[in-house]
Amino acid sequence: MELNARIPDHPIEKMWTNHQFDMKLVNPANKRKYRVIVVGTGLAGGAAAATMGELGYNVECFTFHDSPRRAHSIAAQGGINAAKNYQGDGDSIHRLFYDTVKGGDFRSREANVHRLAELSLNIIDQAVAQGVPFAREYGGLLANRSFGGAQVSRTFYARGQTGQQLLLGVYQALERQVHAGTVNMHVRKEMMDVIVVDGQARGIVTRDLVSGKIEAHMADAVVLGTGGYSNVFFLSTNAKGCNVTATWRAHRRGAGFANPCFTQIHPTCIPQSGEYQSKLTLMSESLRNDGRIWVPKRAGDDRPAHQIPEGERDYYLERLYPSFGNLAPRDIASRRAKEMVDAGHGVGSMKNGVYLDFADAIGRLGKSAVEERYGNLFQMYEKITGEDPYQVPMRIYPAPHYTMGGLWVDYDLMTTVPGLFAIGEANFSDHGANRLGASALMQGLADGYFIVPTTIGNYLADGPKGGVDENHAAARDAVREVTESQNRLLETRGSRSVDSFHQELGRLMWNHCGMARTESGLEEALRKLPELREQFWRDVRVPGSADTLNQSLEKAGRVADFLEFAEVMCHDALTRDESCGAHFREEHVTEEGEARRDDENFAHGAVWEFKGVGEEPVRHQEPLTFEHVPLSQRSYK
Amino acid sequence: MNLTLHVWRQSGPRDEGRFETFKPEGITESMSFLDMLDLVNEEITVDGGEPIAFEHDCREGICGSCGMVVNGVAHGPEKLVTACQLHMRSFSDGDEIWVEPWRASAFPVMRDLVVDRSSFDRIIQAGGYVSIRTGSAQDANAIPVPKPNADRAFDAAACIGCGACVAACPNASAMLFTSAKAAHLSYLPQGQTERLERAVGMVAIHDEEGFGNCTNHGACQEVCPKGISVDYISRLNRDLLKANLTGVEPGD
Repeated sequence: MELNARIPDHPIEKMWTNHQFDMKLVNPANKRKYRVIVVGTGLAGGAAAATMGELGYNVECFTFHDSPRRAHSIAAQGGINAAKNYQGDGDSIHRLFYDTVKGGDFRSREANVHRLAELSLNIIDQAVAQGVPFAREYGGLLANRSFGGAQVSRTFYARGQTGQQLLLGVYQALERQVHAGTVNMHVRKEMMDVIVVDGQARGIVTRDLVSGKIEAHMADAVVLGTGGYSNVFFLSTNAKGCNVTATWRAHRRGAGFANPCFTQIHPTCIPQSGEYQSKLTLMSESLRNDGRIWVPKRAGDDRPAHQIPEGERDYYLERLYPSFGNLAPRDIASRRAKEMVDAGHGVGSMKNGVYLDFADAIGRLGKSAVEERYGNLFQMYEKITGEDPYQVPMRIYPAPHYTMGGLWVDYDLMTTVPGLFAIGEANFSDHGANRLGASALMQGLADGYFIVPTTIGNYLADGPKGGVDENHAAARDAVREVTESQNRLLETRGSRSVDSFHQELGRLMWNHCGMARTESGLEEALRKLPELREQFWRDVRVPGSADTLNQSLEKAGRVADFLEFAEVMCHDALTRDESCGAHFREEHVTEEGEARRDDENFAHGAVWEFKGVGEEPVRHQEPLTFEHVPLSQRSYK
Repeated sequence: MNLTLHVWRQSGPRDEGRFETFKPEGITESMSFLDMLDLVNEEITVDGGEPIAFEHDCREGICGSCGMVVNGVAHGPEKLVTACQLHMRSFSDGDEIWVEPWRASAFPVMRDLVVDRSSFDRIIQAGGYVSIRTGSAQDANAIPVPKPNADRAFDAAACIGCGACVAACPNASAMLFTSAKAAHLSYLPQGQTERLERAVGMVAIHDEEGFGNCTNHGACQEVCPKGISVDYISRLNRDLLKANLTGVEPGD
């Protein structure tokens, strides 16, 4: 597997501008001769499909949802970063770039991150022009707030529904192109495989989720904007449908998978309330702007919060990180919460949370100001827990939320399979070992609106690929393999539901490849995973038939892929014998309890090559160099 | 909790459909309504039956996927929540619960509680956007928007496209959905250029798709999980009137 990041040979500040000039162009009149497939309609996929449609390409866009507007980007709450410096507080492109590289604990590629920081400006302009109703000040200009890991106020937001409003902007742009006839939208069609012909991505296999029809779709290039894989843990804040199938199938067809062990655990989620629970709910990290996190100083303290006097509370983030306080980065805030709960300081009936207290903020700002900022989050919390956060502190606990790992891509966002691009959370490119808050929306839209619609032209400019249709042997083989695998799931007729396997997988991964990892735990997971996978294929029960709307069958295919994927995730966590960002190996801790990086041996992206199910995958490396943000121990004290 | 659950079962669009009764065990008050359905489905699966098909995704009330009529009310007995945010603490031990899909001819039933809402996408295609090409925008702060207008635009933009308004309306009208999008854009300077064409275009498709007319019942507003106001319907009607008086045609 050749890893050439193709970083343009220009100074970093001018790299993207000059690269756009260097790239080959497709003549406007010729663009309609190209067919491009886009899978996924979130911020990345939807923006890419809409923009490529506007440019004149023939776009075939796919989603497994009933409408492009359902994509999981819709659930992002807190905001989107941009280096506009509208607050005049010292922000700049360089500072956003610097914060992102440092926040990622020096495991991302500088060139890509710098471009992201540059494009952050264009994103806000674009969204506002579309009518995205961002929060505004009384003078009519845009408002900002702060987010974890930054000391400037650069986050734009639309109450607690920023993802929804940005996605509706994307959705509307996409539907405009559907109306114009440049984008052909396929809803309720799930991508099951990539079709590779002569080493190039030339199409996909889909299953129609209503009729069950499995078919091939061919194109000149394929773009995956299919999101992340947090649902490998079963319980996560991801929507129930989020899955690894598209990226895993691409990996099986030759695309390198980078840093799969970099999974982010979000610090502010609602703790689990019982065993039956199917989904965890995230509360925006923006709550940490005004909420104070604390636990009782005495382990096992059962008193209700209001009976615990000030002097018997431990505001541990403020104590440990005086300059960032409650706004310490996500990985640190999560790990410290786990430490507190593990040491017996947990609160709530299951002792599985820490307090996030707004009493001071309500006293300082008044209830109405707090309601203005967080009203819908408070309402959501009350609906779920039955407790009123204006009266009693919220209880929070970390939960799997976002995955920094993903398909390896070069500077043009192309995977190791020519013609196969990966954008948004589906790729690995910008967040290193830890993503800062309000940066996911930024990256999805940068990739979708501005990067891939430009770089894809450079790939296509040599002329339409042609010569391959749905009857090509590679397409027919891929359709046959998908059909056979599906039939096998239906014919097994075992005794256990798909969900029961998914839950078991989730527990195994959370215990051994979750917030803290050890060599022995990972080795145990690697022993158990093949057994669980074997049991799944022997004993799973998938009711119903292939040619109807069959939600059990949909889930079964996704869980089958998670069972394969989990193994490479553990291999990655085991071989990355250091702690960095969200990847915390208990063997590598500083005296102060922080992650201890090993830059000498691990300043690289680990890129995995598939060798067969149950076969040991091969680990490749993309060395990372840090010329603009000097390698240093992260300090948020 | 002991409950009797009657759920609408329909194998496909051409099946007549019927209620099936379940007596699930192990239900607790802190479960969400969909956790409860998951549990019922787990039992059905292990017993060799076919689970109840229902749509859901984010399970936090924002994606708009879920939707079912619970005891005759779209999204169930609680105000301002979607079905996925409904918790069993809203019910009492011994309750009978009836669960049905949205019923409207513009939302055909596909299976059990799953309906086809693609008509909503087609209403948006008819003009529910600002025509702005990627990369052609001016600096964001060059378009100041008075805060009250920005807030009103946001209130309207909060619609999640779930379709409860249609399910609740005796005419199966989608005017609350349509007017919310029109109002979101018409409160903003960015939405003015195409304002009247948008109104005419979206309402024309709304009618074509088989949604009924609004006759001011207000049932939509009562069930809307996002509290979208019927005032937007009057606002849209005023724009339609203006368009008719000035001879505006739908945009192309």
